[in-house]
Amino acid sequence: MSPKTLYQKIWDSHLVREEAGQPSIIYIDRHLIHEGTSPQAFAGLRAERRKVRRPDLTFAVMDHSVSTTDRTLPILDQDAKLQFDALEKNCREFGVRLFDMHSKNQGIVHIIGPELGITQPGQTIVCGDSHTSTHGAFGTLAFGIGTSEVEHVLATQCLVQSRSKTMNIIVNGKRPHGVTAKDIILAIIGKIGIGGGTAHVAEYSGQAIRELSMDGRMTVCNMTIEGGARAGMIAPDETTFAYLEGRPFVPRGKAFEEAVDRWKQLKTDDGAKFDTTIELQAEKIAPQVTWGTNPGMVTGVTDRVPDPGSFTDLNDQKATERALVYMGLKAGTPIVDIPVDRVFIGSCTNSRIDDLRAAAHFVEGKHIARSIKQALIVPGSRGIKAQAEKEGLDKIFREAGFEWRDAGCSMCIGMNADVLPPHERSASTSNRNFEGRQGKDSRTHLVSPVMAAAAAIAGHFVDVRKFAVESVE
Amino acid sequence: MKPFITHTGLVAPLDRVNVDTDQMVPKQFLKALTRQGFGRILFYDWRYLPGEKPNPQFVLNFPRYKGASVLLARANFGCGSSREHAPWAIGDYGFRVILAPSYADIFYNNCFKNGILPAELTEQQIEELFKRAEKEEGYSLSIDLPNQTVSDNHGLTYKFEIAPSRKEVLLQGLDDIGTTLKHEPEITAYEKTHAATATMFDAVDVKNYSPAH
Repeated sequence: MSPKTLYQKIWDSHLVREEAGQPSIIYIDRHLIHEGTSPQAFAGLRAERRKVRRPDLTFAVMDHSVSTTDRTLPILDQDAKLQFDALEKNCREFGVRLFDMHSKNQGIVHIIGPELGITQPGQTIVCGDSHTSTHGAFGTLAFGIGTSEVEHVLATQCLVQSRSKTMNIIVNGKRPHGVTAKDIILAIIGKIGIGGGTAHVAEYSGQAIRELSMDGRMTVCNMTIEGGARAGMIAPDETTFAYLEGRPFVPRGKAFEEAVDRWKQLKTDDGAKFDTTIELQAEKIAPQVTWGTNPGMVTGVTDRVPDPGSFTDLNDQKATERALVYMGLKAGTPIVDIPVDRVFIGSCTNSRIDDLRAAAHFVEGKHIARSIKQALIVPGSRGIKAQAEKEGLDKIFREAGFEWRDAGCSMCIGMNADVLPPHERSASTSNRNFEGRQGKDSRTHLVSPVMAAAAAIAGHFVDVRKFAVESVE
Repeated sequence: MKPFITHTGLVAPLDRVNVDTDQMVPKQFLKALTRQGFGRILFYDWRYLPGEKPNPQFVLNFPRYKGASVLLARANFGCGSSREHAPWAIGDYGFRVILAPSYADIFYNNCFKNGILPAELTEQQIEELFKRAEKEEGYSLSIDLPNQTVSDNHGLTYKFEIAPSRKEVLLQGLDDIGTTLKHEPEITAYEKTHAATATMFDAVDVKNYSPAH
């Protein structure tokens, strides 16, 4: 048998129907839904008198528009309330499990899937959200879909798909201190561009990837979509198995051992061919900061805001000029001279316990700069929030001047009250710095949690590598 | 879904690379419960000044592009969020065809679910169309899906590639779910041999509804 990539193995094992010259029908093992992109899908089911084929494989959660303050208070945003009510009603009518905003297991959909062990190696997972790529960190094929496809999966538990091309992204060497999973993925996007992975599924490998915790691996896979590839994957290993053992939806005892034996087969065979290969050297990656209006507009913290004239392509020149106007930046400005108004540590990219520990570790005994208007810590889930509180991280953050909030998507997308005001500048651990993403006319700089924490303390970006190894590990 | 066979219409050029779906439908409009009425808010932050006054600087507000139904765009169109609200807005605004050198995967896929043809031309061809659309007021293009051509009134004709299955979906206005359900016995057969069970071993705080059916 010819050697296969991890992607091919999962694809092949999920084929329901394959016909030459036609897209295939593939089976979906887990379908995650949220209030934002599901109401129209349920309306479609109702209109056609269809039911949810596998409610037992479907999980719903409220995350995009939930308040991160007191949830016992009435919901003032009537549109958001209507969406919550619709999700509740849809789940009840169609028999779908729901983590509502009051559940102690509530959180961002891509955080709670792995946290509860709903996500397991070798599965296919979809969700009406582009950051579904996060789950690929477990060696799953996971990608975002539109609402029509949400309806399709609800009705059939399948999707009609064509096989993607494959991209091998190898990060060799050892990650320097102060350089995180976030910096690795931003450096990759900077290298390939935001359309570089289009039509591909990416697989990450190499020493620097292997040495990441599951939380770090999820950060890398999460932002795969920002490089244009719909899914990113990392072959499961001992780190993966150790993370999964004992989680609520993960098999127990002998069943777990059998599962691990199966999961161990989920790796790219020697000699398997990829359509594209990209290689990076971890030692050469600096802490990254975006300066523009997409995640590919990124550079190392010791660099300067680029000159539009330095780009050869005319479209890139125009895009850079426009981005600098939007961002209120001058070409040639050192990144470390950029002041920050607000800091957001959260989102499905960087709100897991490792992220909070790293940020808390850095800010312990320090205080945010006087010029910082707000510094938010939004744990990715209530489970993470509880764990952090057990470790006393909330106290560290509060004493340093941060606000300690409840779990949700929050300022990453600003669908609730956590909005970045016009022309204000954030250091944000989220995934998108598009125009208006965090609020109309807001200016987003994407960074790692420790870089965001350092910016909160200093009031501007700083190179965290200058600090002692112990404070940035 | 309304089938797509041929279309002739006024061209509006949107001269920006990497247009993301956040720009097409900003987040505050993602709280809708229906698919209708998104045309009004397409490109909201670019299109309107405070108070929803049309921004005269934005290309779609130029009087000469009023009524445009062919959107001429740049590379990596539709990147970012998976929100299908983006093609809902594009379709509801009145666009039936997008012409660009490349598209982001999820957006591209979503277009076909909504009867919108995202045709792919080369960078050079797109560049030429930008020149023509900006030079000639009232510049229109005819798109012929069966023959896979884009042509103007001056003898220009470009051929574009499209996967045969995608083409068929648009030509026939196919309902994907109905098509898949024709293979229901195969789905059932797959389920018999591949367990995808999601068994809960520890109690989690979930509202556990039973299916009403």
